Amino acid sequence: MTQHHSIDLTINGQRTQKHVQPRTHLVDFVRNEFDLKGSHLGCEQGVCGACTIEVNGKIVRGCLTLAVQADGCHVRTIEGLSADGDVRDLQDAFIRHAALQCGFCTPGMVMAAKELLETKPDATRAEVREWMSGNYCRCTGYHAIVDAICETLAQRAGRTPVEGKV
Amino acid sequence: MRIDDLAPSAEPRSGTEIEEHPTRVAPGHQPLPPLTDDPRYIGASVDRPSVRKLVQGQGTYTDDIELPRMAHVVFWRSQVAHCRILGIRADAARAMPGVILVADGDDIARVCKPWVATLAHLAGMKSAPQYPLARERACWQGEPVVAVVAETREQAEDALQWIEVDFERLPPVVEIETALDPATPLIHPELGDNLCFTRSLDVGAVDQAFAEADEVVHASFEFGRHTGVTLEPRSQIADWNAAEQRLTVYHSFQAPHMMQDLYARQFELPESSVRVICKDVGGSFGIKVHAYPDDFATVALSMLCRRPVKFVADRLESFTSDIHARHHRVNASIAVNHDGEIVGFQIDDLTGIGPYSMFPRTSAIEGNQVVNLVGGPYKHKHYRAHLNVVFQNKTPTCQYRGVGHPIACAVTEGLVDLAARRIAMDPLEIRRRNVIPDDAYPTTGASGIKLEVLSHQACLDKIEQLMEYPALRAECEQLRAQGIYRGIGFATLIELTNPSAAFYGVGGARIASQDGATLRLDPSGAVTLLIGVGEQGQGNDGIFRQIAADAVGVDLELVRVITGDTDITPYGGGTWASRGAGIGGEAVLLAGQALRANILKVGAVILKRSVETLAVRRGQVVDVHSLEPLLALAELGRVAYFRSDTLPSDFTPELMVTRHYAQRDYPFIFTNGVQASYVEVDPQTGFVKLLKHWAVEDCGRVINPRLVDEQIRGAIVQGIGGALLEECLYDEEGLMQNANMADYLVPMCAEMPDIEVAHVQTPTRSSQLGAKGAGEAGTAGAPAAVMNAINDALAPLDAQVWSQPITPQKILRALGTVV
Repeated sequence: MTQHHSIDLTINGQRTQKHVQPRTHLVDFVRNEFDLKGSHLGCEQGVCGACTIEVNGKIVRGCLTLAVQADGCHVRTIEGLSADGDVRDLQDAFIRHAALQCGFCTPGMVMAAKELLETKPDATRAEVREWMSGNYCRCTGYHAIVDAICETLAQRAGRTPVEGKV
Repeated sequence: MRIDDLAPSAEPRSGTEIEEHPTRVAPGHQPLPPLTDDPRYIGASVDRPSVRKLVQGQGTYTDDIELPRMAHVVFWRSQVAHCRILGIRADAARAMPGVILVADGDDIARVCKPWVATLAHLAGMKSAPQYPLARERACWQGEPVVAVVAETREQAEDALQWIEVDFERLPPVVEIETALDPATPLIHPELGDNLCFTRSLDVGAVDQAFAEADEVVHASFEFGRHTGVTLEPRSQIADWNAAEQRLTVYHSFQAPHMMQDLYARQFELPESSVRVICKDVGGSFGIKVHAYPDDFATVALSMLCRRPVKFVADRLESFTSDIHARHHRVNASIAVNHDGEIVGFQIDDLTGIGPYSMFPRTSAIEGNQVVNLVGGPYKHKHYRAHLNVVFQNKTPTCQYRGVGHPIACAVTEGLVDLAARRIAMDPLEIRRRNVIPDDAYPTTGASGIKLEVLSHQACLDKIEQLMEYPALRAECEQLRAQGIYRGIGFATLIELTNPSAAFYGVGGARIASQDGATLRLDPSGAVTLLIGVGEQGQGNDGIFRQIAADAVGVDLELVRVITGDTDITPYGGGTWASRGAGIGGEAVLLAGQALRANILKVGAVILKRSVETLAVRRGQVVDVHSLEPLLALAELGRVAYFRSDTLPSDFTPELMVTRHYAQRDYPFIFTNGVQASYVEVDPQTGFVKLLKHWAVEDCGRVINPRLVDEQIRGAIVQGIGGALLEECLYDEEGLMQNANMADYLVPMCAEMPDIEVAHVQTPTRSSQLGAKGAGEAGTAGAPAAVMNAINDALAPLDAQVWSQPITPQKILRALGTVV
């Protein structure tokens, strides 16, 4: 039952080798094996997005991805992303707009928004709302999160953000 | 050197947005005067201190904590709504790898006493004894029955599969409408019936008033059972140190002192032997302010295992074990005259609360609030209400954000819109004519609620401007001609905040209505604040820092807020009933003023001047007139702490002070506000598109406008969830059908509207700070506003929906499109 697989992967820039059970999910793996507690378990069924983790540059649900699937991959969590400074502007915008309250969803929000910033630099407010709909927040009502992301999009594009307009 | 900019009003409050929200104070009063000599932060939208760690994933939620020798518990929960437990076979589970202990209700009952959750001031209320794990009978799907403790969570879950519970199904009580029928089985035969609480209220001359009124309109409202869905599930680590006979509980929770008291009493420990620590809390909303059976079970298991035990609910068990709320059926009517005068309201409210009243706040409060709050904004004199709170075999319900307000507001405002439509009056106009005028306070509402000071008229004026109502109404009419069905809905509301002991204390619940704050000037001139009111995301830590910095006279960055630890902070009630800012904030203000006074005494001794000639500004003791800096607080601290030899022998610096505050002037300090929703309904599909939402809110003195805006926005969306999406769906056997996050719908980003918020400020005079609560008003008003907007859109089609959540199916049914 507890057959283990050896996997070799890079987590937040550090190459590592671990033995994992085939059933272990990526989010449990990073939380329990590496004490990277910034990826959170909200639903464990791929709905809420609090466990969003980056694998080979693309975001995945840490609760739907098995650790063995990350064999040979580059994995980044919110801790690595924060240390790298790639989303410092986005994180600052979240703070300025009070786009987080309890903060439980926030690492996942930041991971998801990062991919939006990189892949859809011209996203409209409505497109931001659509994109972020894979991540649940129970505190903010989303308005401030959308403001923070729109402002970051605008700043990266050298534009002045238009707040609160659909 | 003189520091001219230290003059009280020399520097604009940088970063403040308060000027962007034109403000208003109670009649006869000037715009809010500053509270302190050097007002820089109160009223400004400064950032919270804790957010930078959270945005980087560096918070510490309870599940992030690992203790040495920590074990993990999972629970076998009842799979049916009502059963007799015949036997538990656990040998196979005990033989599984890593299993430390399997315990049942009898095992736990040996160390933890049962409880009965009633309040003495809710006359006649009854409930049955409840145990941490069910004994003999399980009374709802999800009630914990067997605990499995293992070295790891995986091992506990693996072993759980081998637990076999033999049970005999008992007939469940599912429907609230038949719960009191003689033919319905009794959930607790010893109680004599399935009635938990009943209340009747009859004010004025209702029959006569309704008979004489020009029009009487009725509606039957339904509100779906829903739940909080905190994104972080309930979680807890109990750590019993048998050698020390001391219990430490890490808990994702809102009221640590309440749990300290309950653990002490249920486990018969001295209070001083129990420490409750609340680190970061991933959403609470009232879900994490109740004492759950598995909380006590986890503590008991730590005692039995003599090691720390962690419990983290998974999402599936959250849905059937977190408290539910809001399932009400309200038959209601309003009497109105053709000139728009609202004559009176009548309601009959029936609500089901599960098989037990929830410990220790009880499950009768929500219905009681509905009775108190219906008609709350208005000046009618006739009101009749009847409430039945019944037991049923579903998950227990209790106080969830808004507590009765969303129901009372939807009933009231739905009826007001019905009345307006009947007499062909504009919905904003009928509200204007009937709200208790801003110059009529203090007064008493028809239900008997004491209203200190409210601003309905100012709020209605403001929302009319904010939403450009006449233009929006014209747009609606124009689009209707094109077959586009848009609607505008209003909700005038009151919200109960800053509770006195009248809420729980007088009923015998040991829940503090008072809170304390301790402020300490550290040797470096920094300030440390210890306070019982915690932080679950609303920004209490932010506003307390603002208040302390202004009250003492130091830079914001020098204030550190410490909370969430019963070993460290002053005693207090925590966060519930929107009390953080109003109660906790006032305690901080009082402590800050006292610390500043003590700083001046020390300064006077060091400087050999009289106290009256000194003031504190920006980390300096200064001359009160010239504002010339005389002594930095860092120097004052150095002398006070390290060079007591230089001070007179009869003088001791007291640079740590504690002050407490309890609101005693009124049972509650009510706030008010008005919301408006703009929607488009597609009559072909029944889909509702939320176009925009506005809120004008009066929480008294606004300490941080951005944080209040975000409280309002978040609460509105939570209210919209209940109005349109969220419902715990049960089958006829009492089994929840959608107990997972995919099937239980919560609001998503794309469906929610932008929300514009504006403030009116009418400070409470019950405190110096003047702050009232802001955490729940959004949830109170949003369901009513959205429901009224939908019904406004449907009005030309002669359809109305009074059942929440308002699903496309219900809209199509109202339109006669589907059966």
